[in-house]
Amino acid sequence: MSAPAMFDLAGRVAAVTGGNGGIGLGIARGFAEAGAAVAILARDEAKNHAARDELIALGARALAVRLDVTDRAALAPAMAEVERELGPIDILVNNAGIARPVGATRGELADWDRVIETNLNAAFILARLAARSMIARRRGKIINIGSEYSLFGNPIAHSYSASKGALIQLTKSMAVELAAHNIQVNAIVPGWIESDMTAPMKSRPFYQEVLRRTPAARLGTPAECAGAAIFLASSAADFVTGATLFVDGGYSIK
Amino acid sequence: MDTGSASRRLFDLTGRVALVTGGNRGLGRAIALALADAGAAVAVLARDEAKNRETLDALRARDSRALALKTDLADRPQVANAFATVERELGPVEILVNNAGFAILKGVLEQTDEEWDQVLETNLTAAFRLSRMAARSMAARGRGGKIINVSSIAGNFGTPVFPSYAVSKGGMQQLTRCLAVELAPHNIQVNSLLPGWFTTDMTDWIRNWPEYAEALKEMIQRTPRGRFGEPDELAGAAVFLASRASDHMTGSDLVIDGGFSVR
Repeated sequence: MSAPAMFDLAGRVAAVTGGNGGIGLGIARGFAEAGAAVAILARDEAKNHAARDELIALGARALAVRLDVTDRAALAPAMAEVERELGPIDILVNNAGIARPVGATRGELADWDRVIETNLNAAFILARLAARSMIARRRGKIINIGSEYSLFGNPIAHSYSASKGALIQLTKSMAVELAAHNIQVNAIVPGWIESDMTAPMKSRPFYQEVLRRTPAARLGTPAECAGAAIFLASSAADFVTGATLFVDGGYSIK
Repeated sequence: MDTGSASRRLFDLTGRVALVTGGNRGLGRAIALALADAGAAVAVLARDEAKNRETLDALRARDSRALALKTDLADRPQVANAFATVERELGPVEILVNNAGFAILKGVLEQTDEEWDQVLETNLTAAFRLSRMAARSMAARGRGGKIINVSSIAGNFGTPVFPSYAVSKGGMQQLTRCLAVELAPHNIQVNSLLPGWFTTDMTDWIRNWPEYAEALKEMIQRTPRGRFGEPDELAGAAVFLASRASDHMTGSDLVIDGGFSVR
């Protein structure tokens, strides 16, 4: 197998939650360019359609499914729609995530619940649905998008940190459980990436602090997360499971 | 629409010059061939001349501009000469893979000073010296570069079987992190590959020696994937870390072990 061909995703079906913007759309674009059929599962219909049209323009079969991942009853039907429209799922990216920077002592429990439901519970439920489908074909890739706060303490978004830390442990446990079925489960930890989620920080002193602490001295781009996702989704990573790839310009090791 | 072409460009290494130490056998050979498959010109620095010739033929069969230099990584002047030869013959090194390494199967209590020094010299110090040569060359040209240190999951665990090897690999991961921070302003990315158990000569003892039969059983049982990796299964990760696809990754550990480490 020639090296670039081993990264080819032609014929594969991928679903990306929160895939209509930011890191999720960067990954969806990368998958489309690598030849995969791509489903975007996200809330905002206008952004969904724009993202879908962009993927189609890249030459991919693409689908946008309107989904609020906290609506548990909607998760299985959404996955069923992806499989009906595009085919059995080969690649799931749990990327949808929210943060509620309200502080541990002040925040409402409803904030905590919302964050854990979106970032962790939905990822688990979708991964389980995908795995059940993948087991039948003895092949599959699940990629969970963690965060620097999977590792580090966050002064205002404790629920975000807790959910993202747990997502890494979920990654490891599902990797161990599903290895016998030739399903690989891995995580990507993006550092500070240009997106709607990080845009507000640019006006704060914290932005300079991040730049100083990041050896690469810049934010990453959603496209730079795509390379790692394509690698993990491809046959080039068939012996990689339970691992976490850091796409962070060195932030976490300084 | 040519679906896939953009992605192929992302991992393409056409025109790049790569140097792989210990690239004539095992994981190093698989990495060298995969880099050539992705379009790179590849130089192999290793000791065994017959294996060098065989690898050189395999590289040239892939249309790679290639070079194999008989080099003992513990011989400092020889390594410096070999590096200069690679840059003269193939061009400035843009991808360095520090892969050469060996293990001595002796606990700390039985190990001699000489054995310890040999392992550290080949596995760690040679990687430091070559990284320095490559980084100076890369920084001088100002076009960035990639350094890949082939460490091992042994760098993350304690072991009574090959402690000097494990220490050298743990040191290599720290070398990766320190170089990553220092070289980031030059757009040079430095990452570690951490293979688990693969079917190479280096693991012959656990796979085939009767006295390690129990260790083999335990190792397979502990590995979620339930088997050894094949060298080809590591090669893609090296291509990824050598390519544009990993331009925002630096200082990281990429573990390829069938899940061994997370169980």
